[in-house]
Amino acid sequence: MSTITTHSTSGAARSKLKGPGVFSYSIMLALAFYAAAPLVVLFLNSLKSTEEASTNSFGLPQSVNWSNYIDAWRIGGFSTTLLNSTILVALSVAGVLVVSFLAAYGLARYTPRGHDFFLTYLLVGSTIPVQLYLIPLFVFLTRNELMDNLFVLSVLYVAKFAPFATFLLRAFLLGISSDFEDAARVDGASEFQVLRKIVVPLLAPAIMTVGLVTGLQVWNEFTLAVTLIQSEELKPVSTSLFAFQQRHGTDWGLTNAGAVITVLPVIILFLLLQRRFIEGLTQGGSKG
Amino acid sequence: MKRRFLPYLLIAPLLLIELLAIILPSILNVGYAFTDWNGLGEPVFTGLDNLRTLVSDRVFWISIKHNVQWTIFFLTVPIAMALIGATIASRLGRRQMLFRIIFFVPYVVAPAVNAEIWRYILNPQTGIGAVLERNFGWEWANIAFFSNSDWVLWSIANVDNWHWWGFLLVLYLSAMQSIPPELFDAARVDGANRRQEFLHVILPGIRPTLVYTLVLSMTASFLIFDYVWILTEGGPAHASEVLGSFMYKQAFYRYNVGYASAIALGMTALAAAFSLTFPVLRKRGWDI
Repeated sequence: MSTITTHSTSGAARSKLKGPGVFSYSIMLALAFYAAAPLVVLFLNSLKSTEEASTNSFGLPQSVNWSNYIDAWRIGGFSTTLLNSTILVALSVAGVLVVSFLAAYGLARYTPRGHDFFLTYLLVGSTIPVQLYLIPLFVFLTRNELMDNLFVLSVLYVAKFAPFATFLLRAFLLGISSDFEDAARVDGASEFQVLRKIVVPLLAPAIMTVGLVTGLQVWNEFTLAVTLIQSEELKPVSTSLFAFQQRHGTDWGLTNAGAVITVLPVIILFLLLQRRFIEGLTQGGSKG
Repeated sequence: MKRRFLPYLLIAPLLLIELLAIILPSILNVGYAFTDWNGLGEPVFTGLDNLRTLVSDRVFWISIKHNVQWTIFFLTVPIAMALIGATIASRLGRRQMLFRIIFFVPYVVAPAVNAEIWRYILNPQTGIGAVLERNFGWEWANIAFFSNSDWVLWSIANVDNWHWWGFLLVLYLSAMQSIPPELFDAARVDGANRRQEFLHVILPGIRPTLVYTLVLSMTASFLIFDYVWILTEGGPAHASEVLGSFMYKQAFYRYNVGYASAIALGMTALAAAFSLTFPVLRKRGWDI
């Protein structure tokens, strides 16, 4: 083993031997342009008047119109919809964390009978498409007057996102020795104390990752939200922006400002915590 | 004694929520698929009638065709872009971090925001086409991307791709970085050029990740809904109709709940069948 490790060089060292040429660099810049330019266009146009956005498509704004943001905020009801999204994210993330943490702990530390069956469900369950259960849910919720209910929607989000979270937390738990927990038990700690004082602190990084990934997925979720929340006062940003676009069609200054308001919190949080976001999403991201 | 029940107690909340929100509704959907029902009253069992209607429904076959085209697009364009980008990025050393962030940002953007961006860029009055026509007189280049029936499906696919390919790139990049550097050294000693290095070291090295993304692309392509719904609702005249939008209209606009459930079941079956291709081929001894 040692002979292998002594010969290995890091990726960074390798690149010094063989960096990309001009041609490769231009491809890289073209791809980066494709990824970044649309967001820049969105931001620049959110500062233009609608008349200017119709003639000066990709240039800098001649005069900066912050008033678009004030108008979009008021007309699009963003103080309400941002609050709705925040409520949904808070309830869903809290729910996912509690439910998945308990299940992951039970699976990783006790290996109960039926363990393999549960694990298989977690893998399959996180891939059951929303289309397969959307119609019966809609029928049930309508009949029981549970439509337009943020709490109900967040319970559904917990069901949708908890299997992956459980899987990730379980994998993380298996990588931590249970010696600390056993030692605490010997010292007379109750099961609850063991969880709160030993396991949760050790799991903090994984809990943070799961929380971020779940929060992002809830903030952006479209299909369940557009079907189960129809009242304008209860819509989250992901679907109220869609309704806003449909009402204000080509009033570009307004709709672009609305889109920036929707995406800005996510982009800021992503740039601050990009390592953790990328790590979590590459393990559990789905094709949206 | 307490110990024996504890693990089940820990798993119970997850199991209960999965059962009520996902498993039970999914089973109900399978039942609905064999009924004639408008969502009110009582469903009437009609056996395979929905299936018979489905195979003689013109819109169903149009949708299937579009889902297949969508699959072909997502098995090629984003994967090629991501492979090229990741191969170059892996030689960039520390500078790849910046590119990684740029490529990943679109993945965290909500579908409605993403749609807002491209609705403008591809708009015949304001977008790229309009600019080309205005400045160079290239009338042919100004296409109404989202209302021209030849272009609409590919235009929506581009919007989805914009937020998707960078995610693939980051997945491939991390996979490439876990290829043992000795393999690259050995290839270099043997006089391999860039192309040979790509084919014989990089591709085999990231094979599990590549297979995973191929499966993900296929299954997701049969379930696509949000981007199509936000941008065109399947129009104009079914030119961008996919199974997801077809099913949604049948369920929530026409109240053909039984029929829509049959479509949902069919979509899920197709997606499930494609997710099994690779395991089945592998079992038959294919080297993938």
